[in-house]
Amino acid sequence: MTGAPCLDIFNLSATLANGSRVLRSVSLAVAPGEVRALVGESGAGKSMIGKAVLGVLPPSVHIVEGRITLEGADLTGMPPKQRRAQIGAKTALIPQDPLTALNPSRRIGPQMTDRLVKILGWDAARADTRIRHLLDEVQIREPERVIRAYPHELSGGMRQRVLIAAAFAAEPRLIVADEPTTALDVTVQKQILRLIAALQREHGTAILFVTHDLGVVAKISQKVSVLYAGKIVEEADTHALFAAPKHAYTRALMAATPKYTDPLASLKPVDEAVLAGLSAEIAEADGTWRAHG
Amino acid sequence: MAEPRLRAHTGWNARLWLAGGWLLLALLAALFAPLIAPQDPLMQDLMFERLPPFWHQGAEPGYWLGTDSLGRDLLSRLIYGGRVAFVVAFIAATAACLVGSALGLIAGYYGGWADRIVSRIVDIWMAFPPVLFAILLVAVLGTGLTSVIIAIAVIDWTRFCRVVRAEAMSQSRMDYVENARTAGFGRFAIMLREVLPNVLPSIVALLSLEMGIAVIVEAILSFVNLSISTDDPTWGGIIAEGRLSIHQAWWVLVFPLIALFLTVLSFSQFGEGLKARFDPVLR
Repeated sequence: MTGAPCLDIFNLSATLANGSRVLRSVSLAVAPGEVRALVGESGAGKSMIGKAVLGVLPPSVHIVEGRITLEGADLTGMPPKQRRAQIGAKTALIPQDPLTALNPSRRIGPQMTDRLVKILGWDAARADTRIRHLLDEVQIREPERVIRAYPHELSGGMRQRVLIAAAFAAEPRLIVADEPTTALDVTVQKQILRLIAALQREHGTAILFVTHDLGVVAKISQKVSVLYAGKIVEEADTHALFAAPKHAYTRALMAATPKYTDPLASLKPVDEAVLAGLSAEIAEADGTWRAHG
Repeated sequence: MAEPRLRAHTGWNARLWLAGGWLLLALLAALFAPLIAPQDPLMQDLMFERLPPFWHQGAEPGYWLGTDSLGRDLLSRLIYGGRVAFVVAFIAATAACLVGSALGLIAGYYGGWADRIVSRIVDIWMAFPPVLFAILLVAVLGTGLTSVIIAIAVIDWTRFCRVVRAEAMSQSRMDYVENARTAGFGRFAIMLREVLPNVLPSIVALLSLEMGIAVIVEAILSFVNLSISTDDPTWGGIIAEGRLSIHQAWWVLVFPLIALFLTVLSFSQFGEGLKARFDPVLR
């Protein structure tokens, strides 16, 4: 897996309109076909990175420096129209909440073929064959019924399957999976995770997998970036990270993951000393950022 | 979750059919007025003045709801008055709907400057008392059916604008809109294809309600003699005449009021019923 990365984020910083920082000099490269997990607690900015890549940052968030390169094309330097075309052709999103990610007043079929037909210019018959094939891959037994259904007629797990099928349908180079299992109940989570892993292997798609769940990280990713307060504090191969976490925050995060055998004792909040150390680190980074910004 | 909604849904359905039934009846009567009306609505006959409705003593066959003080047949006048009411309802409400919904959709979906400008205009508009505004407009434009229609559309587009803006705004924050963005669709295409279908049920309900309101406003304007020429029967005009002879012939006042009441109520219930039918989540 050498050569040009599929996604290359370099020194990306973003702020809110009031100046408070959301991302602090984030650098991150995802190789073609690699699954990169992005972990951190809520508010760490992990979803913001995904949104920045997909070009859907909320209007209140501004990129102040850095570059996002997708397969060698610099997205940040592009005119908006061209950027949207690039993102539409090469990336896809598996969203967090399957209940709101499908349009409630449109049938599933047209929602799935929309991008293929209207953005990528496929003819309708080819798009139709394609989504049937993908629905089969995500193990939907009655594609006919699902294609004609409205979203509210399907369960949450089914909808997430539909969204996964839709994400892979256009053979994107990169998929941003934004906490794709968080909104599902535990039994369905596992199936969905397996499904994403299987399709990823089959299609060789790179995935930026945003999650707060270290258990999910261990199952699906090859590399992990740990994020705190918009800053990447540790980056490692998944095996290496779990074997020997280097950063105190990563260790604290692992200690905070509930264990099935002893759920209460294993639920530890992150230690005060670790948080103090992190704050110092962030302040230092901000100092240098201010100095040259 | 489905239980109470389901029950509410069947409840609305009965109203949908009752309301739709009355509207269809009134609409057909208005459309085929020359065939249906038992008498010429303008023909005066002083021999037959103030005839009572059919169940009273002294009623004449062929004059089912009685006659007014000039001997004109009340039922025929109501049927012809319905023509004016329906023309105003359909054209004025549709015009208000198109203007208001388009502006509301743009303001709610695009936000920012578009929203600020549209919202300020709506605020200013709503500061005028609507009926006085209508009378003023008709006084300026001159009386006549076209003026009445223009006045209603000009005043009531804000009703659509406010509701559609709020709905478009909340729909725009949904994930499926963001999803369409990442797929590469432009904002205008998303507004029409993703947001509009979700706002449509509300627009339909509101359109029907607005038709009822247009019927009332037309009645008010013809009551104060600002609608079409006084010879042609309008419900408001008949009510105005009936008011003068309330002690001698109550029916001239009461029947047009009943027609007005049923029609306006039916429009609003019909709209709610349609909304429940239209909305895939409630269906």
